[in-house]
Amino acid sequence: MTPRTLYDKLWDAHTVHAEEDGTTLLYIDRHLVHEVTSPQAFEGMKLAGRPLWRVSANLAVADHNVPTTGRAGGIADPVSRLQVETLDKNCAEHGIVEFKMNDLRQGIVHVIGPEQGATLPGMTVVCGDSHTSTHGAFACLAYGIGTSEVEHVLSTQCLLAKKMKNMLVRVDGPLPRGVTAKDVVLAVIGRIGIAGGTGCTIEYAGSTVRSLTMEGRMTLCNMSIEAGARAGLIAVDEATIAYLKGRPFAPRGEQWDRAAALWQTLKSDPAAKFDREVTIDARSLKPQVTWGTSPEMVVTVDERVPDPDREKDSIRREGMERALTYMGLEPNTPMTDIRLDKVFIGSCTNSRIEDLRAAAAIVRGRHIASNIRLAMVVPGSGLVKAQAEKEGLDRVFRDAGFEWREPGCSMCLAMNADRLEAGERCASTSNRNFEGRQGTGGRTHLVSPEMAAAAAIEGHFVDVRQWR
Amino acid sequence: MEKFTVLNGLVAPMDRANVDTDQIIPKQFLKSIRRTGFGPNLFDAWRYLDEGWPGKPGPERRPNPDFVLNQPRYKGASILLARKNFGCGSSREHAAWALAEYGFRAVIAPSYADIFFDNCCKNGLLPVVLSEGDVDRLLHEVAAFPGFRLIVDLEKQIVATADRAKAMRFEIDPFRKHCLLNGLDDIGLTLRHADKIRAFEERRRLEQPWLFG
Repeated sequence: MTPRTLYDKLWDAHTVHAEEDGTTLLYIDRHLVHEVTSPQAFEGMKLAGRPLWRVSANLAVADHNVPTTGRAGGIADPVSRLQVETLDKNCAEHGIVEFKMNDLRQGIVHVIGPEQGATLPGMTVVCGDSHTSTHGAFACLAYGIGTSEVEHVLSTQCLLAKKMKNMLVRVDGPLPRGVTAKDVVLAVIGRIGIAGGTGCTIEYAGSTVRSLTMEGRMTLCNMSIEAGARAGLIAVDEATIAYLKGRPFAPRGEQWDRAAALWQTLKSDPAAKFDREVTIDARSLKPQVTWGTSPEMVVTVDERVPDPDREKDSIRREGMERALTYMGLEPNTPMTDIRLDKVFIGSCTNSRIEDLRAAAAIVRGRHIASNIRLAMVVPGSGLVKAQAEKEGLDRVFRDAGFEWREPGCSMCLAMNADRLEAGERCASTSNRNFEGRQGTGGRTHLVSPEMAAAAAIEGHFVDVRQWR
Repeated sequence: MEKFTVLNGLVAPMDRANVDTDQIIPKQFLKSIRRTGFGPNLFDAWRYLDEGWPGKPGPERRPNPDFVLNQPRYKGASILLARKNFGCGSSREHAAWALAEYGFRAVIAPSYADIFFDNCCKNGLLPVVLSEGDVDRLLHEVAAFPGFRLIVDLEKQIVATADRAKAMRFEIDPFRKHCLLNGLDDIGLTLRHADKIRAFEERRRLEQPWLFG
């Protein structure tokens, strides 16, 4: 038999039907639903008079619009409130399990899927959200879809797809102190560009990837979409299986044993061919900071803001000039001279317990700088928040001058009240630094939780490798 | 879905690479539970000088005269000519809805982000891929000739100048082409395979029951 990649295996295992041109009907095991991209899909299904195909495949949560303060009073913005109420209504009507806003299990959809064991190895996982790539850390074929596809899954339990190319990103070697999974993925994006993985599924491999915890692996797969790849994947190993054991939606008893044995096979064959391979030496990596309005506009913390005059390609140069104008930055400014107004620790990229522990270790016993107008921590889920409080991390953050908030997407995309004002500059652990992403006119620098925490204390970027 | 056959349309340029869906339709407009109403907010932050929000009355908006789509010569454009990696970022189908509602029926670019490409096809908005060289040349022609039009013929898979003096071929999957040409609802097409889906599902349920808990 021809050696196959993990992606090939997942693809083959979910193929229901294939057209002559390769267009394939793929079976979908898990459909995660949130309030922003689902209302039109439920409405479409109703208008067409079609029933929901399989209720147990779906798990729903409101995350994008929910407030991170004062939840007892409900959602103040009537437009946001209607969207969340519409999700509640649709889930109730169809019997879909939903973690409502004040449920302890509520949180960012890409945090709660794995946390609940609703994301399991070998699954196809889809959601109307591009960061569904996160779940690939569990050897799932997981990718973001549009609302028409949400309706397609609700109505048929399948999606139409064409097979992507196989891309391997191999990272080997020990990570230097102060360098995290976030820095690895930002470095990958800096290397291959934001369209470097377009048309591909990326598998991450190598000793560095193996040494990451499941949470670190989720951070890595999460930002595959920022490298252009709809899906990112990591093979199953002992860490995968250990993470899932005992989670509410995970199998138990005899079924667990059968499942765990099957999951062990979810890896690329040694001789499997990849269409493209990228190799990164982890030892050469440093903490990363984005300077522009696209995740590929990234440098290491000890570098300077790039100078467009040195860029030969005219389209790229114009893009750099526009980005510098938007960001209010001068070329050749040392990154560590960039002063900040706000700090955001959260998002589906970096809001899990290990992220909060790492940030808390930096700020413990210190206080945010006087120029920081707001530093906030938004845990990824109610359970992450509860765990952090059990460990006293909320106290550490509050004592340092951070606000400790309720879980949700929050200022990653500023659909709720958490946002940057025009011209404000933010160190953010989120995934996108697009214009206006965190608020119209807001300026975003993407960094790891450690880097964001240190920047909050000093008021400007600092190299966490030298943090004591 | 509206059929796409042949389009003869005015071309508007979007001369920058990596236009993300946050720019095409900013997040504050994603709070809507409807499929329509996004056209007036297409490229909102670039198109207006004031900050937009859902339900803000049109007369209160201050169009940015420097934004390309606000120039009178591009009024009524139905073809958007863009640079590489158009539609990157968020999966929001609202981006395709906003472009279509504004009046675009086709986008021409050297490449697209994968999710955006799929979203366009589901909404009768044809994403045409031409080479970077062709797009570069067309961008110069659009700038040089007010009223510049192109013909997009899906059946023949060509983009032609209005006088048909020059034609550029583009590729598209046969299945997508079939759906677009006939305005087919692909959920309906998939449900023709309902028996196959059920059989697949039953086999899977026996083999991996934990997936169905």
